[in-house]
Amino acid sequence: MGLALLIVILKTIALRTGDEHYTKAARFWAKIFAINFAIGVVTGIPMEFQFGTNWAEFSKAAGGVIGQTLAMEGLFSFFLESTFLGLFIYGEKKLGRVGHWWAAFFVFLGSWMSGYLIIATDAWMQHPTGFQFNAHHEIELTSFWGLLLNKWALWQYAHNMLGAVQTGCFVMAGVGAFYVLSHRDPLYGRTFLRLGVVVGIVAALLQLAPTGDQQGKMVTDYQPATLAAMEGLFESQDGAPLAILGQPNVPNRTLDNPLIVPNMLSFLTYKHWNAHVRGLNDFPEDQWPDSIALLYFSYHIMVGLGTIFIAILAISAFLLWRKKLFDSHWMLWILMLSVPLPYIANTAGWMTAELGRQPWLIYGIMRTAQGVSPRVSGGNALFTLIGFTGLYTLLAILWLFLVYREIEIGPEPAVTKAAGILDPAAEG
Amino acid sequence: METIWFCLVAVMVALYVLFDGFDLGAGAVHFLVAKTEEERRQVLASIGPVWDGNEVWLLAAGGTLYFAFPALYASGFSGFYLPLMMVLWLLILRGTSIEFRNHIKSPVWIPFWDFFFWFSSLLLAVFLGAALGNVVRGVPLDQSGYFFEPLWTNFRLGEQTGILDWFTILVGVQALLVLMMHGALWLQWKTAGALNQRAARVAGITWWGVLILTALVTAITFSIQPQVSVNFKTWPLGYILPALAVAGLAGVKFELFRKDERNAFLSSCAYLLGMLTSVVFGVYPMVLPARNPIYALTVHNAKAPDYGLKVGLVWWVIAMALAAVYFVHVYRSFAGKVSAEADSHG
Repeated sequence: MGLALLIVILKTIALRTGDEHYTKAARFWAKIFAINFAIGVVTGIPMEFQFGTNWAEFSKAAGGVIGQTLAMEGLFSFFLESTFLGLFIYGEKKLGRVGHWWAAFFVFLGSWMSGYLIIATDAWMQHPTGFQFNAHHEIELTSFWGLLLNKWALWQYAHNMLGAVQTGCFVMAGVGAFYVLSHRDPLYGRTFLRLGVVVGIVAALLQLAPTGDQQGKMVTDYQPATLAAMEGLFESQDGAPLAILGQPNVPNRTLDNPLIVPNMLSFLTYKHWNAHVRGLNDFPEDQWPDSIALLYFSYHIMVGLGTIFIAILAISAFLLWRKKLFDSHWMLWILMLSVPLPYIANTAGWMTAELGRQPWLIYGIMRTAQGVSPRVSGGNALFTLIGFTGLYTLLAILWLFLVYREIEIGPEPAVTKAAGILDPAAEG
Repeated sequence: METIWFCLVAVMVALYVLFDGFDLGAGAVHFLVAKTEEERRQVLASIGPVWDGNEVWLLAAGGTLYFAFPALYASGFSGFYLPLMMVLWLLILRGTSIEFRNHIKSPVWIPFWDFFFWFSSLLLAVFLGAALGNVVRGVPLDQSGYFFEPLWTNFRLGEQTGILDWFTILVGVQALLVLMMHGALWLQWKTAGALNQRAARVAGITWWGVLILTALVTAITFSIQPQVSVNFKTWPLGYILPALAVAGLAGVKFELFRKDERNAFLSSCAYLLGMLTSVVFGVYPMVLPARNPIYALTVHNAKAPDYGLKVGLVWWVIAMALAAVYFVHVYRSFAGKVSAEADSHG
């Protein structure tokens, strides 16, 4: 989704300036996008079915609500993006410049809309809205817009999409750094670096505030036990400290080897240095998240990496502004080696959201253990889990191989390569 | 309201089979009709821009089923757990085969993906048919509204059925032949030269198999699913649906003979549409018949509450109108026969 946005930006520059260089740059990333999209499609299809196969009781209870957003994703987004991806990949010659820009734009729109509808589904599980229990104590949708415009969905979406954009930016800048460092395709390398760093720093800052901040605020308000577990706060206190490092020792109810900033947690959650923050001791143990340590680490990895991204991108942006980035090899090395990090941060972020919701499947309404398929035995579930693990491992290897290959092959040679290095436009 | 949604889901499933059916069929016959690398590339070029959109009908139908009939979605998908998972694995294999085959021009890489393209397309056609066979025959639902079917038990139509028994295997074979014919007709329409002629031959031969199995399976269906004859007796207007199927099947032979490639393919579409709607008409109001009829899931006991169904109707109509526009647009953009030097994407 992040790359889709960056491709639209490249196509827009190409359309406005008429510069063939950006068209070719977009074509190069379209090839990588197509590989990602194919992997995304084949791994995404199972998810819609797994609600029914593995979570039958949950589906039966909540299908009338979240089935709405899931079906809308299929009908509004998948048709849009699959249709226009075909046109985008196969139809550049037939469509012409403007037509092809629209194809890219619709692929972007479809994938971002799809993102919203799936997040709205997850947000309903995190913070159910727009429903009531009917006379038979069944969940019944009462407000379509209540479901669709769930406050939780809006912030979670913004936060998630910025994560996606940063991933795209780090990959683009990383590939650019790789090209510059390996003395090949320098024109493209610089374009990729420039775009990745400029868009990336904006996304990284917005990731922290307001989106990350507001997401944290919602967890504080609606999932207070989750907040305590994320922060490793076992005891309720006024002026609660923020744990930067440390390992939760759940049996002893302590944080081992803590590195803390006094009063910081109170300030971040309530904007008041001495505010009272509820610790895990305020909640019955059967409402604690199941894996407190894993949740704590996921959250800390996400926040830690997010902070590192801001630092990396801010320094890169400064160097770019001073026209020193392309010669600062140490910084290019850092950018190149950072490519895997946003993937880790995104995964850790999703783990925070999903582990944090435990023990609930629908927060406050249905526990995870109540949602499973009653007739699917553990053996059968394990069988398919092993199958998926194997298949996804192979897909991951295949994906790495094909993407690396495209990067190795590189973009089409720049027409003005010889002249281009002297081209002032290349200096940014 | 629930009957409207029953019809809408049925239409979406039928459209899925029409659209994805031809690219599945093309995969199942591609070794038969395409002998050279260039011809194989033409087969892929004819479905490359559209297969993904075609498959979205499956997702769209699944999603619609989910919100309109949550109890059916939950019961059916968990009950068909193993075959559904295998279908998902096959879909993964097939998608990667189509998308990644042309990335590397190597005699090691290409045949590997060609094999899996064929393998997954073939098995998917059989599985989809077997799934339909299961629905027609009924599944071992009990009062909980759930069931779980192993892949097979004793291959007989008893109380404890498996996914595969002689009836569902027969329907699976029928589905394979039907989709082979459907895919061959698509390839005939979209290609030229030797490929075109071989496709016509495959369509002509599979037609006979389709004819025999259609007659056989239809006869058996009336005997094992009593609801079907009840429905046709109650609403005789329903005979229009099997009549469409018969006309479509006759049309395929006739248009093949006349060498009208487009109409031959469209006749095959009419046949598929007629067959599928006949089945759906035959089991209504059941959405999942049970071996013990009192436990059947019907449109009434599986539906979602009314408010959701009403709102859904609003956005469903908008979304379908948009999807129709996209489909017309993309099929127009790639109209005509694929060129011999079919342009692959990198």
